[in-house]
Amino acid sequence: MQIYLPIAEVSVNIFLLLGIGGGVGLLSGIFGVGGGFLITPLLLFIGIPPGVAVATGANQVVAASVSGLLVHIRRGTVDFRMGTVMLIGGFVGSNIGIYVFELMKQAGQTELFVQFSYVFFMGAIGTMMFQESFRAIRRARSGAPPPTSRSRSRHGWAQRGPFKVKFRTSGLYISVLPPLGIGLMVGFLSATMGVGGGFILVPAMIYLLGMNTRVVVGTSLFQIIFVTAYSVMAHAITNQSVDMALAVLLIVGGVVGAQIGTVIGFRLKAEQLRILLAILVLAVSVKIGLDLVLTPSDLYSIRSVNHP
Amino acid sequence: MIRALILSLGLLAALPAVAETAAPAVPPPEQVVAGLSENQIAITATFNGSDILVFGAVKRQTPPPDGAPLQVIVTLEGPPNPVDISRKGHVWGIWINTERARVTSAPAFYAIATSGPLNQVLSQTEDLRYKITIPQAIQDTGVASQVPDGEAFINALIRIRKDQGLYVLDQGTVAVEQATLFHTDIRLPANLTEGLYKARIFLTRNGQVVDVHNTDIRVRKMGLERWLYELAKNQPPVYGLLSLVIAIAAGWLASAVFRLAKR
Repeated sequence: MQIYLPIAEVSVNIFLLLGIGGGVGLLSGIFGVGGGFLITPLLLFIGIPPGVAVATGANQVVAASVSGLLVHIRRGTVDFRMGTVMLIGGFVGSNIGIYVFELMKQAGQTELFVQFSYVFFMGAIGTMMFQESFRAIRRARSGAPPPTSRSRSRHGWAQRGPFKVKFRTSGLYISVLPPLGIGLMVGFLSATMGVGGGFILVPAMIYLLGMNTRVVVGTSLFQIIFVTAYSVMAHAITNQSVDMALAVLLIVGGVVGAQIGTVIGFRLKAEQLRILLAILVLAVSVKIGLDLVLTPSDLYSIRSVNHP
Repeated sequence: MIRALILSLGLLAALPAVAETAAPAVPPPEQVVAGLSENQIAITATFNGSDILVFGAVKRQTPPPDGAPLQVIVTLEGPPNPVDISRKGHVWGIWINTERARVTSAPAFYAIATSGPLNQVLSQTEDLRYKITIPQAIQDTGVASQVPDGEAFINALIRIRKDQGLYVLDQGTVAVEQATLFHTDIRLPANLTEGLYKARIFLTRNGQVVDVHNTDIRVRKMGLERWLYELAKNQPPVYGLLSLVIAIAAGWLASAVFRLAKR
């Protein structure tokens, strides 16, 4: 059964879209990430124009993150002050990202730019996460106690900077500059890649800021909702590239998938989850990297000029 | 209606300056009378392509001439757009778009159906005059000045659109009966853009165009598709907010349902 997408102007199988939404929702439920990093490449793969894929992917991330955040608010595991500081950085980064995206579009290099961002950021994060979780698994096997990583970060660069602020929920008294910078980076990625940036935000908050792990996921979701929502608005206004029909189908599939995923997630150990997510992130970045390096099957590509 | 069209065609033919699409010298010994099964196509959410039946007859005052058989060519042309064609090159070990050429106008859709092999049905000079074949339908003036091998870019455009089912050449699919009646089906693909589609029906003998008939099909998004498209273009902030409201509502609903299910 086909559906004609009004903004993308292509006809796609409904069940394919529900399947993509469901599959990504399943993974995001298991790993507690938005899943934008999978949605955007998959949409490109089935023939959705890049602009529409990025903008609509961001809309899907909003839905997935709202669902997760509500759970965390009930449990009190959201540091609103930290989230707000990162948000301010996020808005600046988001604006830079949309501007750069427009420049790339004019230069005809949108696809290359999106691919590069993926390979670079996901390759780096995936590798870091893989190393860390691999060590954690080995430690768990040998029966050694986990290292007290908080004592290391308490004396890190985040403590020495100016404009110190107290973040009670996170248990931190640090400079506002590092959270601002991290927020900026994530805002930029959200606007250019259609991702929420959870896969960057979560490790950054744990390893760079030394935040209490308990509040990291909730705080990351809080900040992601606002940054991706802002990206959706900006794309809708400047590029008119959000496809609501596409978004609704992805969201419906994603919501169902996420619920099943959460159940599966509870049965896995934390470090097992992290290493699986690391492998997934690495696989996506390697796949996209290979597309850049290997000789393409078609050297030519076409784009209608009045099309998003 | 058809009579009025024929009349206006006859009038156009009387003007010598109108050479592009008007009928050749008056009065043509054989005239085409044609119709389409539809002249409105609605793109709704479930739009999955459409078949257009093109049918007609040849009207004569005198018996048909001997010699070469009568042939029919049907073309259907979608709204023209400028198109950017990019070619990847190998730079520092990766493949990136290195060259780009802009075609001033290429139809979003172009189908051509004939009653026989194209090279027998249509002469090259007539093709140039009426712009019937796919390469003729693309206005590629200026491409040669943008890239050294403009023809390769045009060929790539045609190849990609053929693969997408947007450019179609069907030879021998127009059925002609007793040199008088003809009909053919033209398939419109699911990935259609909206606009005015121009249909042309040519009668040829010996590769020469004897008569031509023009008509239009209006392709338009309808219902929900129309509403969303208009909203996205005319009220971007409202559209963006609505997208967000849907996303937030869906997220909240999922969380609420999940909480109920756990109890």
